Amino acid sequence: MDLIIPSAGLIFWQLFGFLALLFLLVKFAWKPMLATLAEREASIDGALKAAEAARSEMANLKAENEKLLQEARLERDVILKKAQEASVKMIEDAKTEATKQGAQLIETAKAVIETEKKAALTEVKNQVALLTLDVTEKLLRKKLSDDKAQVELVDQFIKDLKLN
Amino acid sequence: MTRKFLLLSLLFSVLLLNFSGLSFAAGKEAEEGKEDPTGFIMHHIKDSHEWHFFNVGHTHITLALPVITYSSDRGLEFFTSSDFQNPETHKFGKEFAHEGIYIDDHDHLGRVDGGSIIDFSITKNVAMLFVVIAFVLYFSVSAAGHYRKHGAVAPKGAASFVEPIVIFVRDEIALKAIGPKHMKFVPYLLTLFFFIWTGNLLGLLPGAANLTGNIAVTFTLAMITFVIVNVNGNKEYWKHVFATPGVPAALLPIIVVVEFIGLFTKPFALMVRLFVAITAGHIVILAFIALVFIFESYSIGVLSTVMVTFINMIELLVATIQAYVFTLFSAMYIGGAVAEHHHDDHH
Repeated sequence: MDLIIPSAGLIFWQLFGFLALLFLLVKFAWKPMLATLAEREASIDGALKAAEAARSEMANLKAENEKLLQEARLERDVILKKAQEASVKMIEDAKTEATKQGAQLIETAKAVIETEKKAALTEVKNQVALLTLDVTEKLLRKKLSDDKAQVELVDQFIKDLKLN
Repeated sequence: MTRKFLLLSLLFSVLLLNFSGLSFAAGKEAEEGKEDPTGFIMHHIKDSHEWHFFNVGHTHITLALPVITYSSDRGLEFFTSSDFQNPETHKFGKEFAHEGIYIDDHDHLGRVDGGSIIDFSITKNVAMLFVVIAFVLYFSVSAAGHYRKHGAVAPKGAASFVEPIVIFVRDEIALKAIGPKHMKFVPYLLTLFFFIWTGNLLGLLPGAANLTGNIAVTFTLAMITFVIVNVNGNKEYWKHVFATPGVPAALLPIIVVVEFIGLFTKPFALMVRLFVAITAGHIVILAFIALVFIFESYSIGVLSTVMVTFINMIELLVATIQAYVFTLFSAMYIGGAVAEHHHDDHH
């Protein structure tokens, strides 16, 4: 057999054998294998993408939580501030009210005292008038009975008055 | 992995040395001390009607192969190779003609009456072809079986060996050389790669036939690529050949001839490259072995064993590289035929 001249028989068998091999391999090996590889690559790709999506979602969620927390903190601060202000105002109001009421009480008390004083003075004046009337009556009565006794009595009364 | 390859290569080379030595020694004996290293080497790299493994003393250990012939007047006929040879020396020759058909001492089949006859024999290379096909079929189908059984899971067993190569051929050869339409051609390229690679590797085994280093085999493979390329050639591809854009009208007749010849030089290059690379490797290995019997010296024996081991390792590389190159160039030719490219890229 020759080295560089192709022999017809071997060409025939090679063609037949190789085409048979090609047919069988395509049908039983390459088609199922390539399909499976493509499927697996797609699933790996999908898994990677899903993981990436989950990661970004997680990051979003974390950022959102942070934001919510920040907002909550701000709100708390505002509420605290308002409460403080309210308490200060309440104390202030209470103080003002108390002062006002105290002043009013003092005012009332003063008025009452004034009234009482006036009443007492009126009483005293009435008493003095009564006493004067009594004295005058007694004097008049004494004068009616005895001048001397009258004088004495007057003296007596005056003495008494002085003593009082 | 590398260490295993090295060990295997060493083992193969030692076996090859022994077997070849035996057969060569016997051949020498038969020719009464007259050495013929060229004949010994050619006997190993050429096709034959019988599969000769080695000799033990005077006994030839061979496998008789079927001889199938066709002639228009006699029709299809079946014999065995042992019908046409000396039962003792296993030599073919015109004197051992059987039923009007002979195989001469150059292993050519002919008719005693000089009529035309076609030789469809299962020769050594055809038998080797069947072995290679069986090998490729076995490991590829069992690899695919893994996915059939387990679905789209991580590879195991044969699949973990075949899968990286499949992905390599698909992504690094087909996708890069052909482009977006590559999936249609991946099965062919895979078959091509595994066939050539397995053929190259099994061809390195002692006693194996030089299948992928046979011109008929590389011719057939190149022709299949040629057919696939030209059947799938699109309008741009043919326009490029018969009305090459950007060429002055006066030069067009020359360019068209050149482009047309180019259609055939591509598969021709494929054919010759694989044939030469594999055959040359076998010749180098056998030549180093032949040195032992030419010089009949122990020191040369040791030296050539070392060299044979070394060349065998290189041949393991060459086996893979040539399978890759044949596949890659086939893919590039297909890519050139199907691509919607702009011609500016090429000029």
